Amino acid sequence: MASTIRVRAIAADGNVEVQSLIRHPMDSGFMKNDKGQIIPAHFIQTVTFETKGKIVFTAFWGPAISKDPYLKFSYQGGAKGDPLTISWTDNEGMSDTLTTKVA
Amino acid sequence: MMTAELSRTQPDEDRRLVLRCLGLALAGGAGTMLLSSFGRPALAADVPAKPVWPKDAFTCKDEASALKALGWEAPVASDKITLVLPEIAENGAVVPVSITAAMPDVRSIAVMIPDNPFTLTALFPLAAGTAPDIACRVKMAKTAKVVAIVAAGGKLYSATRDVKVTLGGCG
Repeated sequence: MASTIRVRAIAADGNVEVQSLIRHPMDSGFMKNDKGQIIPAHFIQTVTFETKGKIVFTAFWGPAISKDPYLKFSYQGGAKGDPLTISWTDNEGMSDTLTTKVA
Repeated sequence: MMTAELSRTQPDEDRRLVLRCLGLALAGGAGTMLLSSFGRPALAADVPAKPVWPKDAFTCKDEASALKALGWEAPVASDKITLVLPEIAENGAVVPVSITAAMPDVRSIAVMIPDNPFTLTALFPLAAGTAPDIACRVKMAKTAKVVAIVAAGGKLYSATRDVKVTLGGCG
């Protein structure tokens, strides 16, 4: 299965701009399915971006983040070719990790 | 005789004085270190080595208790925060938010939607070198205000925008 994480990190003048898209239902726990049963909450709680052993960005999320969450941020001190590792963990203990290279 | 004795004791006392000063300085240093290590978690969201999802804060149902759970005081409105949101969101399930803070030493950024079932929507502790400029997408149950709270330099600032939601998206 393809990774749930899609990420693009572009370096310019020592600044790296990161955009990521994660495939995840982000169920809030308030919606009902066709049968009128509540769909239990299922959402990503923590996303971390790590490069060269240092966490450059952390996101803590609640259930009110949209489905298939998008995220954009930038950090300094990165260069082309640096590895960037993205990891997420959700409230059911599921997780995924992807390592990419800064372009 | 006297002079010889003096010259013997003098360096000794000098040394003791130096030691005493050193001790004081050390104690003072340790004190401030202790203070800062106690002070920090209160202002929260320094980048933790192992990020732990702050459960208490995310289960709060109003702004005041969410702030309290984060160890934050009431923020001051600031025009240095640029909070970009659509005026009218046709689909409450996907409302793009972007936050830029122009103040120095930004430690963390929080997004709160007090009219949602849970107030705290997202919390971004920023590492040193990470720009206080982020974008994400949130869900909104109904027409409501969105509050961005920025912790910078030991103080708290906020910016608020109203968003009209045509179709509630708490799902």
